[in-house]
Order: sequence, then C-alpha cells, then structure tokens
Amino acid sequence: MTRARALQVAGVVAALAAAVAFPQVFTNPAVTNYGVFAMIFVAVASAWNTFSGFSGYISLGHAVFFGSGAYAVGVAARDWHVGGAGVFGLMPLGAAVGALIAVPFGLVALRVRRHTFIVITIAMFFIFQLMAYNFSFTGGSSGLDAPFLSWNLQTFNNPFYYTALACAVAATAVAWLIRRSRFGLQLRAIRDDEDRARGLGVHAMRVKLAAFVLSAAITGLVGGLWFYYIAQVEPSTGFDPLFDLFVVLMAFLGGLGTVSGPVLGALIIEPGQLYLTTVFTNAYLSEILLGALFLVVVLFMPRGVIPTGAEWITKLRTRGRPAATSMPQAPGPTAVQEAQATQEAPR
Amino acid sequence: MAREIYEAIVDGILIGGVYALMAVGLTLIFGVLDIINIAQGILVVLGAYLSYGLAARLHIDLFVGLLVTVPAMFVLGVAIQWAFIRPLRGRERVSMTLLVSYAIALIIEGILYEIAGPDVRNLNAWYVTSSVHLFGFYLAYIYLFGFALAVVLVLALYLLLYRTGFGRSVRATMQDETAARLIGIDTNRVAALTFGIGVAVTAVGGMMFGATNGGFNPNSGYDLISRLLAIIILGGLGSIGGALASSVFMLTLQSLVDIWQPQWATAVFYAALVLVLVIRPTGFFGRAPVRAQ
Repeated sequence: MTRARALQVAGVVAALAAAVAFPQVFTNPAVTNYGVFAMIFVAVASAWNTFSGFSGYISLGHAVFFGSGAYAVGVAARDWHVGGAGVFGLMPLGAAVGALIAVPFGLVALRVRRHTFIVITIAMFFIFQLMAYNFSFTGGSSGLDAPFLSWNLQTFNNPFYYTALACAVAATAVAWLIRRSRFGLQLRAIRDDEDRARGLGVHAMRVKLAAFVLSAAITGLVGGLWFYYIAQVEPSTGFDPLFDLFVVLMAFLGGLGTVSGPVLGALIIEPGQLYLTTVFTNAYLSEILLGALFLVVVLFMPRGVIPTGAEWITKLRTRGRPAATSMPQAPGPTAVQEAQATQEAPR
Repeated sequence: MAREIYEAIVDGILIGGVYALMAVGLTLIFGVLDIINIAQGILVVLGAYLSYGLAARLHIDLFVGLLVTVPAMFVLGVAIQWAFIRPLRGRERVSMTLLVSYAIALIIEGILYEIAGPDVRNLNAWYVTSSVHLFGFYLAYIYLFGFALAVVLVLALYLLLYRTGFGRSVRATMQDETAARLIGIDTNRVAALTFGIGVAVTAVGGMMFGATNGGFNPNSGYDLISRLLAIIILGGLGSIGGALASSVFMLTLQSLVDIWQPQWATAVFYAALVLVLVIRPTGFFGRAPVRAQ
C-alpha cells in the first residue's frame, strides 16, 4: 500500500508541475485559452462533486452560483469603478454572494429528495436567469462588460490561467479533505441511505446545507474569474443550462463521488468541447456530437472512467490467481456502515 | 379590468388543458419508469415541426396530420425507451436517466437546428387566424378545438388506465414494480408502451403549442420542459389528477400575472412551485414517498 501511496503522491506532484509549466511551454494564446477554461471547469466540477457527488443530491442549478458570482463581480466593478488587476480582488465577493444565495436556496430545495430536488434546482435556475433579464442593475439582456485590460496580448491569459489553477487546486484539495473527513463520511452516508443516517445521529439537513453552501461559494468564486476572463456576462451565458449539464457530465465521466474523477472529466470534456466548436463552425453539429458522447459515456461507462479503470487494473493484477481472491462487486463496508462505526466511537 | 381578468381566466383554462395533456404524458412516464424525461420539451417542439412539415409540404390539415404524427411519436418513444432507458440499472439510475434524456434532447435539438434552422415558425390554418366572438371577447377557434381534443384525449387516457387490463398493469407497476413482476406482469413491456404513450401525446401538444404560442424554434424546448416539470411537481409526481389540476392552476395564474407584469409572468411558474413546496413538499396531490429498500 505504501508503494501505491508513493505512486499517488508522485502522480499528483507531476500533474501539478505539468499544470504550472503549461503556459510556459505552450505560449500560444489560443492554446493557453484552452488551459484557462479547463482549469475553470476543473474547479467547478470538483465543487459540484463535493456536494452532489458525495451526497447523491444531483444539482442542476449550480449555474445560479456561477452566474451570480459573475454578476456580483461585474456589478461591483462597475459601481465601485474598480479597474485593471484590482478586479481579481473582487473574486471573494463572488464566493460570498454564491454562499449567501445557497443558504435560502438550500433550505428550500434540500427538504425534498431525488427527482423533486433536481427539478427545484432547475426551477431556481430559471428564476435567476429571468431576474438577470428583468432587473435593471444587471444590465438586462445586454448584460455587463468587464473593465478593459491593456495587457500584452501574448501573455494576457497567464494571470487568468494561474488564478484558475489556484482555484482548481483549492477546490480539489477541499474535495479530498472532505472525502477523508467525518463530514464527508456523513455526506456519503446520506447518499447511501438518508433515513438510516439520520437514525444514526447524522444531522442530515445541517450536513447537506454545509456542503451545498461550500460548493456554491467555490462556484461563485470561479464565476467571478470567468466573467473577468471573457470580459462580459449576459443572462444566457452566465445562467446557461448547458453549464449545469457539462458539469454533471464531467463528474460522471470521471466518476461521481471520487476526488480525481471530476478533474479528469473536466480536463477531457472542456478542451474537447472547445475544440469541437472551433473545428465545426456549425454549432449544431457539435451539439449533436456532444449528445452522442453523453449517450456513449452513460451507456458504456456508467460508473465513470476512474472506477471502471480501477476495476480493469484490479482484474489485470489478479489475473491468473484463484477467482476467490478477486474483489467482489462492492468491496468493503458501505458508507452507512462506516458511519455507524464512527458514530459509535467516543467523540 | 374585470373583462381582462375574466378573459385571462378563460385563456388560462383553455391553454391549461393543452399543457395538461403534455404534463400527463410526463407524469405517467415518471410514475411507471421512475425517471424524469427531460426530452419531453424538445419532443413537443419536434411534434410541432412534424405538423409544420406536413402542413407546409403536403398541405395536410393540422388536425388530420395528427393521424400521422401521433403514431410516429409513439414509435419514437418506444424506440428511445428500448435503446437508451431500458439498459440503465443500479444506484446512479436517477442521474443516469436524467443525463440520457438530456442527451437525447440535445441531439434532437441539434438535428432540428440542422434541418429547420433557427428561424421562428408558426403553424397556420383558418382556425388559427379567425376568431369566434364568445362571451364578449374574441377567441381563436384553435383554442376551443385544441381544448376539446385535449379533454377527449385525457379522458381516453383515463379510460385506458382505469378500465382496461393494460391500465391495471400500468397502475400496478406504478405502485410496486417488483410485486407487479412477481404476479406475472411484463413490466418491460409496460414501461416501453407507457413511454410510447407519454411521448405520443407530445405530437398533439406540439401541434397546439406551435399554433398558439406565437412562434417556435428548436430553442423553445427548454422553456417548455421547465414549465412542464414545475406543473408535475406541483401536482405531485406521478399523480395524473394533480397534473391536470396544476396545469390549469398554473396557466391561469400566469395569464393573470401577464395582465399587470408581463415580464415576470414566466417567473410565476417557478415562484409558485417553490412556495408550494415550502408548505407541502409532496405537491398538491402527491403521496408521501415510500422509503426505497
């Protein structure tokens, strides 16, 4: 196990080094643009997974936080006349607004489960999109513009890339820490069987709401950065139904509820999607292809790349040994049983 | 003002009847298959385009065209269920079916854009353009015809569900799939046919939507599905009576708000949904969820 742990650490360090070196090696702005978007979505997919992947409550309303973060930064920059690099300093405002919205949103939506929860998040999403269209401080359907930056075009993307990378690393680290913690265990117990988890003393509402707010804060933070990077936000881009869909697909492709899954999913899907839209000038064709990709992932890799891959590796390593040693379908105790053990232990 | 309110209520009830038909399809699919068919919205739009194609190319009357589009949509529904919904199993089935139906919606939307383009279309016929003077205001015939057709079809669905052997199988599957299978019901067949029926009604809904909505394009599906979802949740998931009542309630509410605050009229749907769920998490007519084992 120590060797596996060492390999894991080496892998993470190598991935981080590659991520840091990326804009130094590929200096073409068209390429670093891919990097910025990929990092933005790594952060968002990780944040989404920290709530939805761990708790099993599938949110299709995270665009609410993303868009609100973008609008919060946009409105603040406009009204307080913040310009230049100072706008980066406004990003925490995006996080705060995301978290503030998540509290009442969560208090309403988390009372219901499964399908109803999903639909409530969609409904919230449409309410927010409509508000962005109809209020005057949001600029209506023409949206908001970010302050103009007179930076060197060749290295323009780099500050954004490194900020996005920092967000992505932070979001992934948060997911990792939560997954290892008692809090994460409670979340997964809720996913496996909420009633039983409550019976065992998990304060389900408090735990779910905490994860929801945390996830929303990170999403809002990244929303602010995204706004500053693409330099404008409109109701249809800030609150975009496809955003929610992509984030879910990323987490799903990589492996729902794993730490590395959403990262991998975002790294595959976001550049792939950007590439498709540049290759096929016909946006409709790329839409059809994306839908087809969705179907392939869900039908042939229903548990995601990471769990399926791990299974293949286990199969390869146990090949030739007696069948009895190979892992059964669901190894180890379920999260509820683990939680039970934790709850019984003295605090 | 009194006349406007009165008119809005009549409008709401008539259009509500059409939404009821689409919502019943969606809630029936949910009840039997335990999935939310996100593609329902774009399927309605597809139904509208099919009617449009038949009317524009072959000069077939909109209502006569339904004889072609309804069976076509039924077959499409059965095919979608067979190819993409049936294979999904396991713990993540809720999110997987959601993704699959969303993917199907994307593909259909892309194909519609590819073939028909983003231009806004309208379904036209004499009964869309000419109105009848009724109780002091003018009303296009299509509203009356469509409402009548919706009522007939909802009644037919009711008879199918409560007066036939197949209907009994469907209701048994809705109550408890395992038990239904144990007593010899072919639940796979029930699921496929239910999905087909749920999709077939979108052909009618689409024709009505295309004729009354004041234009549609492939993007109209998002707005539709979110409204339909609000309706079926408000009515209580899986409750057919609830879907009927909440369609009429929501559409009436919307057309009332439309008098004073037209730009917020759509928000009423979602705001009403949130408010009702704060008070009653299972919707108007929903049963308390049975704990899954």
